Amino acid sequence: MEGAVDKSRSLKRRGLFTAKFGDGVFRWTTLAFAACVIVIIALLAYLLVADSLPAIRKFSWGFLTGHTWDPVHDEFGGLPFVFGTVVSSALALLLAVPISLGAAIFLAELAPPWLRNPLSFLVELLAAVPSVVYGIWGIFVLAPALRPAEAWLGAHFESVPLFSGTPYGVGMLAAGLILAIMVLPIITAVSRDVLRAVPVTQREAAYALGATRWEAIRGPVFRYARAGILGAIILGLGRALGETMAVTMVIGNTPKISASLFEPAYTMPSVLANEFMEATGSLHIAALMEIALLLFVVTIIINASARLLIWSVARGAPAGVAE
Amino acid sequence: MSAGAMRGSGLRHLRRKAANGAMWGLATLSIFACLLPLGLVLYYVIAQGAAGINLDFFTKLPKPVGEPGGGMANAIAGSLVLVGLASLVGLPIGILGGIYLAEFGKGRFAWTVRFLADVLSGVPSIVVGIFIWAMVVVPTHRLSGLAGGAALGVMMIPTVMRTTEELVRLVPMSLREASLSLGATHWRTVLKVVLVAAKGGVVTGVLLAVSRIAGEAAPLLLTAGGSSFWATRIDQPMPSLPVQIFTYAIQPYDDWHRQAWAAALVLVSLVFVLSVAARYATRGRFRMVR
Repeated sequence: MEGAVDKSRSLKRRGLFTAKFGDGVFRWTTLAFAACVIVIIALLAYLLVADSLPAIRKFSWGFLTGHTWDPVHDEFGGLPFVFGTVVSSALALLLAVPISLGAAIFLAELAPPWLRNPLSFLVELLAAVPSVVYGIWGIFVLAPALRPAEAWLGAHFESVPLFSGTPYGVGMLAAGLILAIMVLPIITAVSRDVLRAVPVTQREAAYALGATRWEAIRGPVFRYARAGILGAIILGLGRALGETMAVTMVIGNTPKISASLFEPAYTMPSVLANEFMEATGSLHIAALMEIALLLFVVTIIINASARLLIWSVARGAPAGVAE
Repeated sequence: MSAGAMRGSGLRHLRRKAANGAMWGLATLSIFACLLPLGLVLYYVIAQGAAGINLDFFTKLPKPVGEPGGGMANAIAGSLVLVGLASLVGLPIGILGGIYLAEFGKGRFAWTVRFLADVLSGVPSIVVGIFIWAMVVVPTHRLSGLAGGAALGVMMIPTVMRTTEELVRLVPMSLREASLSLGATHWRTVLKVVLVAAKGGVVTGVLLAVSRIAGEAAPLLLTAGGSSFWATRIDQPMPSLPVQIFTYAIQPYDDWHRQAWAAALVLVSLVFVLSVAARYATRGRFRMVR
């Protein structure tokens, strides 16, 4: 009798031990896989810094202000690429933000329920089209279509520096347009999620005071969603800054700074895509690494602030679209 | 109330209604403006791509410049292999990491992982390509399918991890409690009960991630490279559809452009099928809980 109880107790204890052991193993295994993300980001940062050190040492801050990019004479200034990236992204946001916000308002506030899901799905498809496909469309459809439009603008607004220059079709304007198309679905989908996260009481209070639908959106809803919408726009900016293939295919890839929207330009991701595999000089590679490092730091800052802004409205919401 | 004030408030009412109507109109216009590019891109991809689609496209190797015909069979196969290799890297990290975040993810460590996963999803794909170039291509001295798979795998992680976490979190507590009360251990509960219940969601995350990486060309340029032959070994350069589209589109040969459009059509179809499947996998599931 005694022995049997003892035996069952020890069995139970052993069972408990293996159960706890199993749970422990499970917990630590999953933790190890989760930790991979931290390791990847740390290694990424380390490698970029380590490999760009020669360029950082040689040019220091001059890298950001120099505008000669001459691999033959080991002279590297990154300004034209920074300029191209900033201007093309700004152009994209200028075009995309009003449309995205309108579309988000439509999806979140105005669309009849039966239309909401299909339209949202189409917006997601727009985000799913691969970058190279936008690129090939940009080369063969958009750029040729832009040529006459640019020629017309150039002829009629000659004195405006933005519209001076040769109407190649391929250039800054084409890049801005393609980028606008590519960030549209991101800003739209995230803004829609943020608008949906606004408590319905905010709207009802406005309606109760006699506000029209637009007044309710413009006032309380926007005020509540402000931070999140800003986050959505910044998220779109992050995507535009890092976009590679489509831009490379339509921007013309010429490292020069010009006031004209029609002139070819160059962006940071494009120069990486075009020159990285061909670079032979160690300083050339280091300079390209420094561009990658800049891009990495900027996108980290942008994405971090975007997430924090979006989380402040729609807590824990992931990025909405499969980016 | 005087007649003037009446008229004033009537005017204001009209103006407010007009503003409301105008915004309605603008918002409706915006959604059309937003979807117009999708229509235009799809129209051209189908119109231009259909001409190049035939049996040869799926079964033949690319021909040298000047010789008509040929196909992209090697690039299609290469893309499939690359996605498979990427899944080997991305799925274990994504799914198990996502489970960790959902089941144990309360402290500072989990917050950091979640945050860095979101940061990783924002890192430009070309930078991920450079990272894998430095990690894999430099030590092994060659472009390879392995490096390409690693780059795409890293890019899969955030999507898979965050979707898995979200969906595992949505599994009702009562299911877990029922399993635990029957004496199951926590890990068996998670693997046999919670994961089974969240299966659809995990599949969605995987399909979304695959649809995202299947169209990536930028990181592959620096890692997998390309070739116009069959890639039989994963330690050799491996062709892929996106890279092939890029290389063909920027060359001045009409025949290559036709092939590039056809490849674009195949790629877009693949990505759309994956997106639809991803949506279908979670259809109706846990929508109420949300």
